[in-house]
Order: sequence, then structure tokens, then C-alpha cells
Amino acid sequence: MGLTIQEVEHIAELAKLQLTEEEKALYREQLSAILDYANKLQSVDTTDIPQTSTVLSLANVMREDEPAPSLSQEVALSNASKTEDGFFRVPAVLEE
Amino acid sequence: MELYELTIHAAAELLQKGEISAIELTEAQLRRIEQVQPQIKAYLHVAADSALKQATAADIRLAAARKGGEMAPPLTGIPLGIKDVLSLAGQPTTCGSRILEGYIPPYTATAVEKLAQAGAVFLGKTNTDEFAMGSSTENSAYFTTHNPWDLDRVPGGSSGGSAAAVAADMAIAALGTDTGGSVRQPAALCGVVGLKPTYGRVSRYGLVAFGSSLDQVGTLTKDVTDAALLLGAIAGYDPHDSTSLPQPVPDYRQALRPDLKGVRVGVPKEYFVEGMQPAVEKAVRAAVEQMVGMGAEACEVSLPHTEYALSVYYLIAPAEASANLARFDGIRYGPLADSGNMWENFRQTRGHGFGPEVKRRIMLGTYALSAGYYDAYYLKAGQVRTLIKQDFERALEEVDVIAVPTTPTTAFKIGERIDDPLAMYLGDIFTLSLNLAGMCGISLPCGFDEQNLPVGLQILGPALGEERILRVAYAYEQATSWHMRKPEL
Repeated sequence: MGLTIQEVEHIAELAKLQLTEEEKALYREQLSAILDYANKLQSVDTTDIPQTSTVLSLANVMREDEPAPSLSQEVALSNASKTEDGFFRVPAVLEE
Repeated sequence: MELYELTIHAAAELLQKGEISAIELTEAQLRRIEQVQPQIKAYLHVAADSALKQATAADIRLAAARKGGEMAPPLTGIPLGIKDVLSLAGQPTTCGSRILEGYIPPYTATAVEKLAQAGAVFLGKTNTDEFAMGSSTENSAYFTTHNPWDLDRVPGGSSGGSAAAVAADMAIAALGTDTGGSVRQPAALCGVVGLKPTYGRVSRYGLVAFGSSLDQVGTLTKDVTDAALLLGAIAGYDPHDSTSLPQPVPDYRQALRPDLKGVRVGVPKEYFVEGMQPAVEKAVRAAVEQMVGMGAEACEVSLPHTEYALSVYYLIAPAEASANLARFDGIRYGPLADSGNMWENFRQTRGHGFGPEVKRRIMLGTYALSAGYYDAYYLKAGQVRTLIKQDFERALEEVDVIAVPTTPTTAFKIGERIDDPLAMYLGDIFTLSLNLAGMCGISLPCGFDEQNLPVGLQILGPALGEERILRVAYAYEQATSWHMRKPEL
């Protein structure tokens, strides 16, 4: 089973990754090989087998909702490329 | 013997008695790093100034404890390396990625904080495959670490920096992380001891997430006693990580006993496969024989779904990674592209900031989770994961521990597998299943191949079976001298 270049472009767009033409061709080939290998799972009978998404038997770990110290605004912003008036600055999200 | 050659337990004894100072030990360690870092490249960042300050503080604590007739905390004055995916406030944490170049975390990971509370000194941050994705450190965006046993070979990965640092005496011990073998595999390739605790035994708070249902902080040490000591220091419940286990932490050193009478050791036939290096099979089988000679009973067991583990892992881990790595958009940390358009900024920031393996896994995971493929890939992998976990549970009803090779081959050459991702992934076949099952395992040296490269023996145990695997590993180690061999540098 092989992926098409269009499928590779679609996945890259979902993941918001800019890829060069060479990368697209390379990932098309490599992802196809990996998925081809992974297809051996289809031969396993999993009728009535539940999915394991976590190995833990813990469920709904709750705690009291109490205020506690947290990062200051200054510290929280300390790694950002662009800030303004104590906020992260980003380009306009909504189009006119 | 040089001070930097000491184990944690030997150094701690000398420090507590006042026979050596923490400053002497840290200075010796820093000189050693300076001497061999150009060849090994184990560290991404060496924090000499802060390490010396921590050592000075440790000496004050040690002196005060001696004066009061008490013991200082067990790791007081012990210099350690920390894998660069674990946050340490005020020091660069890059995860081996360009996308976190210049990032200084404002808080410290719980596992690292616990070491600080126990008095440890932090030498610096060790090299890793980018975001811990890889088996060789060749995926680090900065440089490749070299195996101390043969500089033309990889140290393994992704905790290759930590493993090489311990093997080359550039740290007394180190922390790593293990999502599919990233502590045990480099430990095997570098001839040191690597422990992956049970999922949830150590808090993941402050560990930059890769595969959240698989990630676990582990230890790289010169011997099994040090693994027990270090695990005791980092394990335990953490209110900051809801997946950390609430069970009390035992004194793991109490579990270490030099005999194996009555211990049932399971040997699964699925782990001795065609294509594996004969020297590895020979060394591991000889180790099992030796354990039998010490009173253990060897039994054949079966883990029938082993052949599917690689497929399951390389769907689930990338799926989780694709979600976890969505947060890297350049807004809150890391370099940001500046095109004026938000979506274009994201595409460029991520396209330039992530390296080839990380992009490959994000693509693979995004595909496995995408509309139309979720059931066939992600759901199916989760179901087969259940079968793999059940295999282990069944086998561990019959035996106490399972003994297998850590890797199918010893350390491979730098560049040998980097262009063929599937070949690289196949090197992980003996370590992945344990993470899928959430159980614990330890790799320790059990021999050398004809090129004098170390071979790793893996002892696997059930969830929260750390005392059991440490006991078996310790007994074997005490009866052998493999762990005492050092690479010539």
C-alpha cells in the first residue's frame, strides 16, 4: 500500500508542517514502507478485545480545587518571542 | 582509582565520612568531562558554575550532619547528568531540537527536584535524539554522541548521552527516559546498567512529553546497587502527575541479595530470533545458565504476540507524539517564523524547527489518527497492545522474572541505519513490548562480543516488580565482573 503525494500533503497540512518537495517524496516512500510493515496487524484477530489506551487502572483522579502559587506573568512570558502588555503577541487570527 | 570512577554508593560513603569533599569530587568530574567530551560528546550543556555552587552547599550540609552525628540525605554531593528532555529551571532544555533552542524552563521536573532535595549536584544536560525519538542520538539536532567502547559507533538512544556519560565516567550516574527502550538500549550498547521503572512509578511532571502512555523516567548507573539507590530517590506519587502511582516507595536496597535460590526465570523463545548477532544470543544464554547454577530455575515461556510489538509501538507512540508536539508553535517558547500570517508562521516554525525523524513520526501519527484510518491503525494497535500486555501477565504467573537480550546486536556504526528508518526501528524489537505493557525492566552487562563491544541482558518483571528485578540483577552482577570493565579512553 503506497501513499500518494496528495495524501502526504494532506497529512502535512493537518500537522501544520511545511515540507520541501524532496521531503514530500522521501516521506511518501518511507511512510509507505512503515505502514506496509504495520499492516501485519490486520492479520491479528481482535474480535471483542478491548483497546488499551493506558495501562493504569486509575480513573478520574480528583483533587480539591484550591488556589495555589503558580508562575508569575513575567516568568510565564520569559521564553516568548513576542509579548505585549503582559500577553503573548500573535498575528491576527480572525480574517476581516 | 580516580574520584570520577566511583559509584554512587562508594562515593556517598566517602562523602558522609568526610574522607572526600563534594567540591573535590565535582571538580574531578568536571575535569574528566573536559578531557573526554571532545571525543564522546555526551553533554549538550555543561553547567560547571552551578555544579560547583551545589557542591559547596553539599559540603556545608555534610559537615553539619557529621557534627550532629547524623547522615546527610543519601545523594548529597553526588554529581549526576540529566537527559535534556527533563526540565531543570534556569538551564537550557532543548530536547535535542532546534525548536527549543534558547528555551530556559521556568520550573524543574519532579524527578530532578527530588534528586536536588536528596542533595545531588547537576553537571549538565546530556545529549538525546530529538524529543527522545531515536535509537542512536544521530537524531540530535546538535551532534551525535560517540560510544566510549568504539568512537565510530553509536551509544544507542535516545538516552545515549546519559549512557555514554556514565560509561566514560563523565557522571557518577544519570537520568534518562524510556518510551520504547531509550534507557535500556543505550545502557546495553554502552555496557552500563539501565532501569526502566513501571509506568507511573516516577512522575513525568517536567519531562517534555513524547508518548504519554509509554514515557517513564529511568536511571543509568555503573551498577545495580546505584540503580536501586537512584530509583528510591526519584520514585513516588506526585500531585502534579495524575498518572503517578500512589503506592509507597520501598527501600530498594533492602531487596538486593546475592542468591537466586528458588527464583523462576522465564526464557521466551520469541526473543531468540533469526538475524540476531550470535555473540548476543550466546552471552544471554550463558547468563541464564549462570543464574541456574546459582539456584534459579529456568523455564521456557511464550509471549506469542511479540512479533506485532513493533507495529503497535510505531503506531501508538507517533500518534501520541503528534498530539503532544502540537504545542510547539513558536508562540510561548522557541524561535518563531515571522510571515505575518498565523498559520504560515506555524507551518514554517514547525517545518524548520523539527528534524527529519520528528517530522516523520508526527506525519505517521497524524495519519494513524486521521479520519478514515483511525480504526484500522490506532484502534487496532490499541487492541493488539492488550494482547501483548496479557502475554506478559500470563507468563509472569508462571515465572518470577523474564530474561531476554536487550538488543539483537551490539553497538552499530554511526551512519549505518540512519537512512533506513525501518532498519533503525527493528533494533528496538526486544525493548518496546515492556513499555506497551507498562511493566518494569533492567538491562545490565552480561558479556562482550568479538569486537569488545558490550552485550546487555534484560530482566523483566511485573508492574511494581522493581524489587524483584533488582534482586535478580544484583545477584547476577555480584557473581560476574562484566560491570567492572571500562572502555579505554
